[in-house]
Amino acid sequence: MATTTAPAGSFTRAARRTADRSAPRTSVVGQSRPRVPRLVGLLALVLMAFVWLLPLIWGAVSALKDETQIAALPVTWIPEGGFTLGSFTRVLTGSNLPLWLLNSLFVAAVVTVLTVAVSALAAYGFSRTTFRGRGWLFALTIAAIMVPPQILIVPLFRQMLGLGLVDTYAGIILPQVVAPVMVFVLKKFFDGIPRELEEAARVDGAGQLRIFWSIIMPLSRSILAAVSIFVFIGAWNNFLWPFIVTNDPALLTMPVGLNVVKNAFGVTFAADMAGAMIGALPLLIIFLFFQRQIIKGVATTGLGGQ
Amino acid sequence: MSTAVQVEQPASAPPPPTAAAGRRSISASSGGFWFTVPFLVFFAAFLVYPVVYGLYLAFTDATLAGGGGFAGVGNFAEALGDPLVWQTLGNTVFFTIGSTIPLVLLPLAMALLVHLGLPGQWLWRLAFFAPYLLPVTVVSLIWVWILQPELGLVNDYLAAVGIGPIPWLQQESTAMWGIIAATVWWTAGFNFLLYLAALQNIPGHIYEASAIDGAGPWRQLRSITLPLLNPTTVLVLVLQVLASLKVFDQIYQMTLATGGPNGSTRSILMYVYETGFTSYRLGYASAIANIFFLIIVVLSLAQLRLFNRKEA
Repeated sequence: MATTTAPAGSFTRAARRTADRSAPRTSVVGQSRPRVPRLVGLLALVLMAFVWLLPLIWGAVSALKDETQIAALPVTWIPEGGFTLGSFTRVLTGSNLPLWLLNSLFVAAVVTVLTVAVSALAAYGFSRTTFRGRGWLFALTIAAIMVPPQILIVPLFRQMLGLGLVDTYAGIILPQVVAPVMVFVLKKFFDGIPRELEEAARVDGAGQLRIFWSIIMPLSRSILAAVSIFVFIGAWNNFLWPFIVTNDPALLTMPVGLNVVKNAFGVTFAADMAGAMIGALPLLIIFLFFQRQIIKGVATTGLGGQ
Repeated sequence: MSTAVQVEQPASAPPPPTAAAGRRSISASSGGFWFTVPFLVFFAAFLVYPVVYGLYLAFTDATLAGGGGFAGVGNFAEALGDPLVWQTLGNTVFFTIGSTIPLVLLPLAMALLVHLGLPGQWLWRLAFFAPYLLPVTVVSLIWVWILQPELGLVNDYLAAVGIGPIPWLQQESTAMWGIIAATVWWTAGFNFLLYLAALQNIPGHIYEASAIDGAGPWRQLRSITLPLLNPTTVLVLVLQVLASLKVFDQIYQMTLATGGPNGSTRSILMYVYETGFTSYRLGYASAIANIFFLIIVVLSLAQLRLFNRKEA
């Protein structure tokens, strides 16, 4: 299977062994890669990856300076007097950042649990059962994927005023639970599960809920994990809605709080960067743990968190 | 939260013929409606209702304080004659074109390079995809700092080659480009993963066959890889246009809620926000929001037609 430029006639055992060794390490049966000058490719890749990592690295280095060091010219990587954790301490003790991180965690966790539960139930209903109106209700759900959440801020805010939910956790959380795209993705997955499995259970007298819980759910762990991760990322990073519906400093989520703090203190770049790095860290850690699931999830479902 | 739907079927078996299956399970599946009820309650309360309510508000002169009588099509007429609507729409289109082109080309280049199979796969993926996981506020903070006129890294490097200093976000001619740079850095990783998945789906025997026919690497790239990536490019392009049109967060944050020098970075959604929440004109804000919504719907339907024709 290893591609070789040697003429077929000379394809001796030794030649094949050489060809195999020179083949790309990752090539699998039926999978090989285009042969491009690898050194040029490597250089381009290193350059591009460096450019892409540079803002984060520079942000981290800047966060390790104090406000005097960061404002000193010329711009240096290693500040005079050495690195300091002072900016981190200042941000963590001088602002509500720890509280905002907790708020984000709470909001994102509740949004994730509710969204996945509600969406999985609905996807099961749309995929495995029949009832009057199923067709058009699902069509309406699909159509709603087109609605940009941003256009709803005005009516939704007024609605929240009417319900008395402005500046409450419920006000932040409830509107984020509506995720038609998650229903769509889960339904598509459930559609692919063979029906024979549930027929057998049905013969044994299992009801719908039992089938949902004991047959469909266990078979859907991978997709449920992907959906959960993306809902969590989306809720954790969401800026606009929490920003609209909260004023109370004690209720802000991390993305909103960081934005407020930036505007309040004026020119404090080191503190800004320390805050940014703390805000960046949780999901980067999650990514290191769930890298495979996240990458596979994007590839197979086309879901993203933003 | 916005998400993108990929048209391709996930790696699972094709759905069974639903007509037969449906008939078979009618008796057993009675009560299926109740499974959808929790979702439908949220759906009705926090999506369908605000859409309808927003449409209603657009025909009133409601303010944040309440009230608001029927205004007919007055808000829509005003919007069509409002220079700020046209300016912000223009800014939005500029941002969309300026961000979409690099957000197709750079991820394609990243994916092609990573797919070469060089060592350190996890590192390349991390480098390109990590920014996508950052909250928008973090991205804005980092880029405001990098683009800072006196102390920023970009101007520091440019000074080394004798350019600058350029007040990137403070002058009309460059402000939107600064925001585009931040956006490209932030979201390229998502398109990169879509391309990478598509590349991994190209069967290796095509390359082997072409190599036997004497095709070199560049020829393979031009005649095999890029044509086979065409559907992915269309997908990425369409998703990106729809995503870029909805720009708000990073503009709002990077220009400190001002809309940039002379309003040069104010997007249409930012104008909706300002009209609703700073000028308190909910009716007028809703009218502009609905005009924008109409544009999105038309584009989404055009996209559906495009994909359906391709699949047929």
